[in-house]
Amino acid sequence: MFYREAGQYKTSYKEDSAIFPILQDRIAIWFYLAVAFVIIPLFGSEFLINSVMIPFLVFALATIGLNILTGYTGQISLGHGAFMGVGAYSTYKLVTYFPDTNVVVLILLSGFFSAAVGMVFGLPSLKIKGFYLVVTTLAAQFFLEWAFIRIPWLYNYNDSGAIEVPQREVFNIIVTGPDASVLSRYFVVLSIVVVMTWIASNIIHGRIGRSWMMIRDMDIAAELIGVRPLFAKLSSFAVSSFYAGVAGALMVFLWLGAAEVESFDVNVSFQILFMVIIGGLGSLVGSFLGAAFIWILPIVIRAVPRIMGMDINASTVEQLNFMIVGALIVLFLIIEPHGLARMWAILKQKLRVWPFPY
Amino acid sequence: MFKKITMGAVAVTLAATLQVTSASAGESLYVPQLSYRTGPFAAGGTPIANGFGDYLAMINARDGGINGVPIKTDECETGYNSQKGVECYEATKGKGALVYNPYSTGITLQLIPKAPVDKIPVFSMGYGLSAAAVGEKFPWTFNYPATYWDQMSSIIKFIDSQDGGIKGKKIGFIYLDVGYGREPIPLLDILSKKMGFKVVKFPVGVKEMQSQSSQWLNVRKERPDWMIMWGWGAMNTTAIKEAAKIRYPMDHFIGNWWSGADVDLRPVGAAAKGYRSANMAASGADFPAIQDVLKYVVDKGKSQVKDRSEVGTVLYNRGLYNAVAVVEAIRAAQKLTGKKVIDGSDMRLGFENLDLSAERMKEIGLPNFALPIKGSCKNHGSGGAIFLQQWDGKKWVRTSDGITPMTDLVRAALVKAADKYVADKPGWQTQTCK
Repeated sequence: MFYREAGQYKTSYKEDSAIFPILQDRIAIWFYLAVAFVIIPLFGSEFLINSVMIPFLVFALATIGLNILTGYTGQISLGHGAFMGVGAYSTYKLVTYFPDTNVVVLILLSGFFSAAVGMVFGLPSLKIKGFYLVVTTLAAQFFLEWAFIRIPWLYNYNDSGAIEVPQREVFNIIVTGPDASVLSRYFVVLSIVVVMTWIASNIIHGRIGRSWMMIRDMDIAAELIGVRPLFAKLSSFAVSSFYAGVAGALMVFLWLGAAEVESFDVNVSFQILFMVIIGGLGSLVGSFLGAAFIWILPIVIRAVPRIMGMDINASTVEQLNFMIVGALIVLFLIIEPHGLARMWAILKQKLRVWPFPY
Repeated sequence: MFKKITMGAVAVTLAATLQVTSASAGESLYVPQLSYRTGPFAAGGTPIANGFGDYLAMINARDGGINGVPIKTDECETGYNSQKGVECYEATKGKGALVYNPYSTGITLQLIPKAPVDKIPVFSMGYGLSAAAVGEKFPWTFNYPATYWDQMSSIIKFIDSQDGGIKGKKIGFIYLDVGYGREPIPLLDILSKKMGFKVVKFPVGVKEMQSQSSQWLNVRKERPDWMIMWGWGAMNTTAIKEAAKIRYPMDHFIGNWWSGADVDLRPVGAAAKGYRSANMAASGADFPAIQDVLKYVVDKGKSQVKDRSEVGTVLYNRGLYNAVAVVEAIRAAQKLTGKKVIDGSDMRLGFENLDLSAERMKEIGLPNFALPIKGSCKNHGSGGAIFLQQWDGKKWVRTSDGITPMTDLVRAALVKAADKYVADKPGWQTQTCK
């Protein structure tokens, strides 16, 4: 009744091929942005912003990165946790060498380092596919983890082996380091994520994105009609690792404040892959939904007994948490193997005909 | 049906956001408890958390709190994971938290820069960043009774007193390859140059904790005269088993105080006879205060211990000792400020004036439980004495008096490391001590 495009006529090709062809969707997008930029900063508690929203946005960005590779190009990677690490460590080195440069610029620059590393480890994808590619990206993961421990230059020879974020200002506002306010960090993360999502959407809907999807759907046919696999696959690896790298830099510089190798271990790679699969392969909305499912749901489950006034041990809650989230993942994948994004699409379809389904 | 579920979910979420914002401190002393009863290190984390929580519960049950103000605790599960630890910190810091005991060097490293901003001290008892014991540079961080560097120097001092000195010997150092295990290496390198011994390092990654045959093959090749271990969790048992397998002389194998728990040694049993480890608190339940814990908490079923025999084990007593230090620091803060309900800044003063002398320990019902701790503005935790215990095949036996660390040398190295930490942080809060 409310969600229906009756009466909305498209009078140009541009309108017809818009990403959000329906007026209600466009309103919804502005509404979400208003919530993110205005409502949450105004009314959200520090905990909500710092421990829920910032990590959610960081993981959503990393998930978009992996979705570009896995969802749109059909190449599976288990090395994205380490590619995030490349972004974090290179930002750390850049910040050390260029202390006066705008730190946001350096965070974005660090993406190029992880893109380069991602391309190197993406080279085998030209020859091998599927599970074998998983193994080579897993090798990337282990190699990079080793490098983060064994090359002390990367962490400026700190005794602790951890990278610690120094204080940096942008336009006289402290954005990194322990003195940075939650809001300034939140706005930087949110802006970067929004802009990069918009860019990703444009790349995906453009010529390059289409060539990725052709490779995904049938690489031989794609090659026959003139898509160069070398360019398509490597560009996908590059863009994907770029996103992962920026997400890693955001994670350390604007969320955690300090990190060791453990922050980028293989579990992170799996976590991001789960976000992609749960959210929905080949969907930007799905990337956000997947990140929300994996990151926010456990926090809500953890909070429930405290709110209900139930006296349950923290460890029991944690065990229950693992079980509930695990069961839900299985349940969701049985109900809808194409992820939350597909459920969202079905829901929208149903809404269009509600309340008179035919 | 679907509608009901959705409405329920919405209600819960709304309630959640309301609760998080409206929770207030009230008339209590709030000590959040970060613990890990899940994950790969749960076997060690559980007794620590039990000891810590039970002592606070006993103080509440027996004395009605500290000077009449009850202690409120809130357990938050970290799983020994830094990200979850930070989440716990963020979730609890707004409720008037007095002190954080992170129980993981990784979490400690994350919290150290946050402590001065939020004005809540971090108390990493016998772990964490060693340099944080320099009070001038780290006003908000405490490491009582001793840092990892102190502990390493004590162990080296002990080795030096055996078999005609350490000069010219070869020392093997096997460690968990994370921040915690790498922490004492700078001091070990300094000592090896100064005292003329050779160091061979054997890192053990978290993933290979339970399969250390390659490391121990190297140990067999290198033949070190002594082995020192900085291990945790499953790594300890595996290392001791492997050492027994290659017939390494057990009495020349010394663990730090995280490598000497009952849970680590029981699976090896008699084969580990002679293995030594450092410790800071006595084991056993024959102390009036621990008897009170049994009486007021454990026997009433208010504790999470599975079995009564867990009370008095090495890690349980360490968690309890941690709680003792926190309680005494609160007392000191109350006395100094004249307030009954204190805040984080008062707590910091309390820690700087912490005085766990032998008499005081006797008063609170823990005579000869641990060696004295005396806090000061300058010294936030270096120099407390460490003693050694030895496994007799069934239980731990204390075998040495306190071995004072090489305080001068360690302090100099700590100051240097602290300066380095602070150097690239322009706004870092320091203090001057008289």
